Amino acid sequence: MTDLDIVSRLPQDERMLLMPLVRTTRTFWGWAMLMVAISLWGAFAYYYQLRHGLGATGLNTPEYWGIYIICFVFFIGISHAGTLISAILRVANAEWRRSITRSAEFITVLVIGFGAVQPVLDLGRPDRVLNVILNPQPFSPLLWDIMSIGLYLTASSIYLYIPMIPDLARIRDLGLRPRPLYWFLAIGYRDTPAARQTLERIIAVLAVMVIPIAVSVHTVIGWIFALTLRPMWHSAIFGPYFVVGAIFSGIAALIIAMTILRRVYNLGAYFKDIHFNNMGLLLLVMAVIWFYFSFAENLTVWYGGEEAELATLYSRLIGDFAFPFWLMVACCFVIPFALMSRRATRNVAGTTVASVAVVIGMWLERFNIVVPTSLHPRVAMSGLHYLPSWVELSIMAGTFSGFILVYMVATKFFPIISIWEIKEGREKSVEEVSERVAAYLPDDVVMVKS
Amino acid sequence: MARWGMVIDLDRCNGCQACEVACRSENNVAVGGPQAARENRTISWMRVHTELEGEWPDLRARFVPHPCMQCDRPPCTLVCHVQATTLDREGIVSQIYARCIGCRYCANACPYTVKYFNWRRPSYPESVLPSLNPDVSVRPVGVIEKCTFCNHRLQKARDQARAENRPLREEDYVPACAESCPTGAIVFGNLDDPGQRVARLSHDPRAFRLQEDLGTQPKVYYLAEQD
Repeated sequence: MTDLDIVSRLPQDERMLLMPLVRTTRTFWGWAMLMVAISLWGAFAYYYQLRHGLGATGLNTPEYWGIYIICFVFFIGISHAGTLISAILRVANAEWRRSITRSAEFITVLVIGFGAVQPVLDLGRPDRVLNVILNPQPFSPLLWDIMSIGLYLTASSIYLYIPMIPDLARIRDLGLRPRPLYWFLAIGYRDTPAARQTLERIIAVLAVMVIPIAVSVHTVIGWIFALTLRPMWHSAIFGPYFVVGAIFSGIAALIIAMTILRRVYNLGAYFKDIHFNNMGLLLLVMAVIWFYFSFAENLTVWYGGEEAELATLYSRLIGDFAFPFWLMVACCFVIPFALMSRRATRNVAGTTVASVAVVIGMWLERFNIVVPTSLHPRVAMSGLHYLPSWVELSIMAGTFSGFILVYMVATKFFPIISIWEIKEGREKSVEEVSERVAAYLPDDVVMVKS
Repeated sequence: MARWGMVIDLDRCNGCQACEVACRSENNVAVGGPQAARENRTISWMRVHTELEGEWPDLRARFVPHPCMQCDRPPCTLVCHVQATTLDREGIVSQIYARCIGCRYCANACPYTVKYFNWRRPSYPESVLPSLNPDVSVRPVGVIEKCTFCNHRLQKARDQARAENRPLREEDYVPACAESCPTGAIVFGNLDDPGQRVARLSHDPRAFRLQEDLGTQPKVYYLAEQD
C-alpha cells in the first residue's frame, strides 16, 4: 500500500490535512523550480559580492546601510506573524485559532533565519563574523540584537515543535515516508490522556514565555536605530513602533500564506471566511495603531522643529522621498482601513488585497526609515544618492524566493494545519465554550444567598 | 596623562587642502579616483568642507577642515559590538582594522560623518606606491578607517624622547595636517597642559566645537572667524 492509499482511506480531517504530504502536483514542482532558480541567482549575486567587496552594492558614504538592513528589519518583522500571534490567540483561548496557528508558527521559524542572515550579507568582512562572540562589547545594541534573535529563534522553534508532536506521532503510526524522520521527531510520544495533558500544560507555559521574547526582538531592532544620534532615528517611539509594525506585517504575511495554502491544498473548509474576517479585524486594528504611531512620530519631529530633524522629515513629506512615503501611507493605512472596516470586503479576496498592500507598505516603511535619514547627515554634504545595485536586488529576490521555497517544502513534510487541535476542537471545545459562556452569565440570586 | 586635541583657526584657513594631501600621503589613504568620487566613496581622513554664504557676486566662502573630532564621549565606540573602535587612554579614538567586521554601525552613529568605509580594495596610482608610509598599515577591503591624529607619530616621538632620556616636548608630536598647514591654522597638542598653545587656544573666546549640543565632547576646537 502506498502512502497515498493510506492517506486516502483516512477520515476527512486527516485525509485533507495529510494529503499534501503524499501527493505533489506538477504545479508545485514548477513553482519550486522557479524558487530554486531565483534563490541560486541570489546566491550567485552574493558570491559576486564576496569577490568584489561591498563595492558591488550601491551603498556609499553616508548611505552606509541600504537594502540589506531594510530586508533585515522587514523579514524579522514578518517572523512576528507566527509565534506571537499564535501565542496571543492561544493565551486568549480564541477557538478560531485552531486551523491558523501551525501555518503561522512555520512562518516565524522559517523566515527568521532569512532575516537574521541579512546583517551578515551586509558585513564588509563576513569572514570575521565570529568576532562578535570573541570580542563582544556588551553596550552595543547589535549584540543585544543577536542575543534576542537567537533566543526568539530557539523559543519559536520549540513552540512550533512541541504542539506538532501528536501529529508527528500519528504520521509515524500511519507509517508515512520518510519513516526515520517521523520516528525521530515523534520522540516516542503516545497519545494518552495523561500525555496530552502534559503536552497542553507545556504549550500553555511556552505561549506565555514567547510573548515577551517576541516583543524584545523587534524592540531591540528599533533600538539599533534609536540609540544613535541620527535625525528621526533617535526617537523613543522606535521600540514600540517597530513591534507594532512587525505584528502588522506579520499578520499580513500570514493572511497571504493562508490564502495561498487554501487555494493550492483545497483547504477552504479549514481556512474559512470567518478566519479571514477575524484576521481582517486584527489587520484593521493594527492599521489604526500603525497610523497612530506614525502620526505621533511625525508630529513630534515637526513640532520640535530641530533643523537636522526637519531636513529628514521634509524630504519624506514633500521632498525626494515623498513618493515612497505617501505610497507607504496608502499601503499601510488607506487601503487596509478602507477594505477592512467593511464587513463585505473582509472576505478572502479583500483581506488578501489588503495584506499584499500592507506587506509592500511595511517594506516601504523600513525603506523610509533607513534611507532618508542616511542621506541627511548632520554635517551638510552635497550630491548624495543611493541606487541599489543588481547585486542587492538579486540577493533580496533570492531571500524572498528562499523563504517561499522552504515554506513550500515544509508543507510537504508537516501538516500545515494542526490535526489534533482540529479534532480536539470538534470533540471538546464546543462543550467547553458553552460552559465558559454559561460561567460568564449572572448567577441565580436565590442560589448565591443560600 | 596627555589628552590630545586640536585647534583649527578658521580665520587662517584659506582652503588650500594641503592638510588633505599631507594626511593622505602620511596615512596611506587609498586613492579612489574619479569612479570613487562619482560613487561618493572617496576616503579622506581630513576633509575641507566649503560653505558658501550669500549670493553671487557677494559670495563668501568659508572653509572648515573636518578631521575625526576625537570625541571624549564618542558615539561610535559605544555601538561597536566587537570592540574594534575604542577610546584610548590619551583620548584618541582608535580603529583596529584587523578586528573590524565592517558593519558600519559606527559610521552611522558618528554625527560628523568622518568614519570611512573601504567599499573596494584600496588602490594607489603607480606613482604613489614608492612613497607609501611604512609606519601605517594599509587597510584591507571591507573595514572602517578614520583619522587617528597620526598616532603612529606619537609612538615614534615617545620612543625618541625615551632614547634621549627627556620628556616629550610639544613640538615632538604633530600630525601631518598640522605640520603641513602653510598658514599655521592647525595647532595640535595636549589640551591638559596649560603651557601648550592648544590648551590656551581651546579657551579662547572664539573657540567652539562642532555640534557641541550633542554632548559628544569633541577634542577638535575651531576658532570662529572675526569679521
